[in-house]
Amino acid sequence: MKRRKFDMAAMPAKTGRAVDERFQVATPLRRLLNKVFPDHWSFLLGEIALFSFIVLLLTGVFLTFFFEPAMTEVIYNGSYAPLRGTPMSAAYASTLDISFDVRGGLIMRQMHHWSALLFMAAIVVHMLRVFFTGAFRKPRETNWIIGSLLFWVGFLAGFTGYSLPDDGLSGTGLRIASAIMLSIPVIGSWVTSSVFNGEFPGTIIISRFFIAHVLLIPGLLVALISVHLGLVFKQKHTQWPGPGRTNGNVVGERMFPRYAIKQGGFFMVVFGVIALMGGLFQINPVWLFGPYEAWVVSAASQPDWYVMFLDGSTRLMPDWEIFIPIGDGYVIPPLFWPTVVLPGILVMLSLFYPFMEARYLKDYRSHNLLQRPRDVPFRTALGMMAITFYVILTLTGANDVIADKFHISLNAMTWAGRIGLLVLPPVAYYLTYRICLGLQQHDREVLAHGVETGIIRRLPDGRFVEVHQPLSSGGEHGELPYAGWVVPKKMNRLGALGPAIRGFFYPIEKPAEAPVSPGHPPVEPRAEREEIGSGDSRRS
Amino acid sequence: MTSDNDRRRGLLARLRGRPVVRSRGRRRLGAAVRLVAALMLAGGAYTLLAPSASAQDNPPLSGAAADGKALFDVSCVTCHGRNAQGVEGRGPSLIGVGAASVEFQVSTGRMPMARQEAQAQRKPEVFSPDEIDQLAAYIQQLGGGPVVPAGDNLHADGNVAVGGELYRINCSQCHAFSGGGGALSSGKYAPSLSPATDRQIYAAMLSGPQNMPVFGDNQITPEQKADIIAYIQQSLKHDSDPGGVFNLGRYGPSTEGVAIFLIGIVALVFTSLWIAGKS
Repeated sequence: MKRRKFDMAAMPAKTGRAVDERFQVATPLRRLLNKVFPDHWSFLLGEIALFSFIVLLLTGVFLTFFFEPAMTEVIYNGSYAPLRGTPMSAAYASTLDISFDVRGGLIMRQMHHWSALLFMAAIVVHMLRVFFTGAFRKPRETNWIIGSLLFWVGFLAGFTGYSLPDDGLSGTGLRIASAIMLSIPVIGSWVTSSVFNGEFPGTIIISRFFIAHVLLIPGLLVALISVHLGLVFKQKHTQWPGPGRTNGNVVGERMFPRYAIKQGGFFMVVFGVIALMGGLFQINPVWLFGPYEAWVVSAASQPDWYVMFLDGSTRLMPDWEIFIPIGDGYVIPPLFWPTVVLPGILVMLSLFYPFMEARYLKDYRSHNLLQRPRDVPFRTALGMMAITFYVILTLTGANDVIADKFHISLNAMTWAGRIGLLVLPPVAYYLTYRICLGLQQHDREVLAHGVETGIIRRLPDGRFVEVHQPLSSGGEHGELPYAGWVVPKKMNRLGALGPAIRGFFYPIEKPAEAPVSPGHPPVEPRAEREEIGSGDSRRS
Repeated sequence: MTSDNDRRRGLLARLRGRPVVRSRGRRRLGAAVRLVAALMLAGGAYTLLAPSASAQDNPPLSGAAADGKALFDVSCVTCHGRNAQGVEGRGPSLIGVGAASVEFQVSTGRMPMARQEAQAQRKPEVFSPDEIDQLAAYIQQLGGGPVVPAGDNLHADGNVAVGGELYRINCSQCHAFSGGGGALSSGKYAPSLSPATDRQIYAAMLSGPQNMPVFGDNQITPEQKADIIAYIQQSLKHDSDPGGVFNLGRYGPSTEGVAIFLIGIVALVFTSLWIAGKS
């Protein structure tokens, strides 16, 4: 009997042909798979946010199977003894059940929380990369706006999620949120009673936040992320200037296979880091916080880090009440300025920055090449100023913990924050500006005079000079133009040591011979070195 | 002549009776006797009355209290004054603070204070348990006050769940959910509860040391105190942090925020450097 031979090698081609005959996808798919992405480590920061969002969706779906978004009062009878017999809301009881009685529930909860923190952190780091390299310039302003909105929508997602377990800490946060809403002039009380369906805390807020947290906000996030990625695809990714790279091309790797494999690997690493953090680092131990009661407020009650700047601005705000003598009198509470006006200004500033900068520079051209932060000192300095402002507010949000653990007076922390908030951002602006100018000057110096070799030469008249290696062969003063990219500043970068040996544990290729300078004898092969030094794990 | 003289001297002189003519020496002797008698009367009255008044303030101290007074006069008198009556601007009067206060302050090493500052800090204790008992007996005998019940385990029949609820209502405002303590104004703070023993927690509730309010037995009953101590000792201190190997100090979102940047972001930025270095 003759066995039909199964040709494994022909299998993918046959399958592909079969699919194409039915769906005619070969042409568009080829275009897609051949799409070129430029390669740089800083272009991978946005992916951290994207991948942690995927982990958020996966773990979040698991949590919804067990979470009960209701404020009906139950008596806890689960396996966490210190709370047994305590009356609490069904939401809190089911959170405890997820933590102690659902198999794998606690690590899922903790991975969900860590990936939420990572999502926001990666958004901010990615945003800083885009800002400092000028990637937001025309034609990518829309994507900058979408990215900024993603931060604020993520902020809402985080806050609603933080409130869902209905523990002592999240209830305190919710109470503050209701106070912030109440502080809005004229409409404040209506907003609060519409959100809470009456007085705080009411009986429905958890259910409302639940549907916002699992349906509305994730839906919005998915939509914004899709448009964000679609625009990157359509407008193409920016790239650093360099050899062969112009404003009109993209130099990099094809989507398939290399780029896709790298991204797949990176996703695994992000997933792994989140899983490790979820398993190793305890986060939000709700069982210690107890059920929320209006009369329970703990010391060191903080929001998650991305909300902490609002807590900080509230702590720094002086108690200035504005009394308007209309009718019976109307009071604008001091809480209104740091928690409604300040974030409002921050949102608007970040959304419209690309247009403000274009107007200021009168630069309305399209830019596909990135700028090094040192080459645009005012923007880099502005960015550092904003970072300083934000970091001071965030640190102030935890100033009671800092004061307690470092034995500083809390009052001193508050005043340091108030003065620092006004003084340090301009200082940061000035220092950054000067550093940028210094770096620029050094780049120009190296281009004009060459790289320092470390060789000191004595001249016939007795002077000592350091020998510079010119970067161009165009005579003594052949100054190279600055190309907007890294200028080599060490002899190693010019090949003085030969290329590094590739391979992680052992060389994967024969090391190339070091370049030979004219007038010098050829360098001996490196093979000799290999035998020297027993026990040396570096095989070169 | 004598009778004439008598008549002439009038009624007053006659009432005195017959004048007795005494020698100068006898008159002097009589005055001395009268002076001695008056002095003896005054002295006797004083010895009868004055010592009895001071006996009401200072009954003879018991043996332990006398030892305690000896310790007090060496180590505490500088700030708390003679007989523990306090020194203005240096240390308060200890009359009536009770043995509970002495036990808390001395057994946690807060007293004697190293220096005058916002708040006395916990440090290794200076006195042995026996000496603390003697000091406590002395202060107790000076003016009475609250006393910690006997025994080292004061939470034997405490209910952890009830204690947790009471803890969150009464204690967590300053000592935080996790018992790690928190900041108060101007350099003052609520200390961490982790080194505290049953007796120290009980004594603190009874005496309200430093910035802590007093939780007397009519505010939190002895049973409720046992519940709270049970929660602190059995739940807060022995919660095994099921969420992981590192509890990040249980400081809440502040250290979690630090962790996500220092560990998560740093690890992933290095990963992206590694991946990008592979091309």
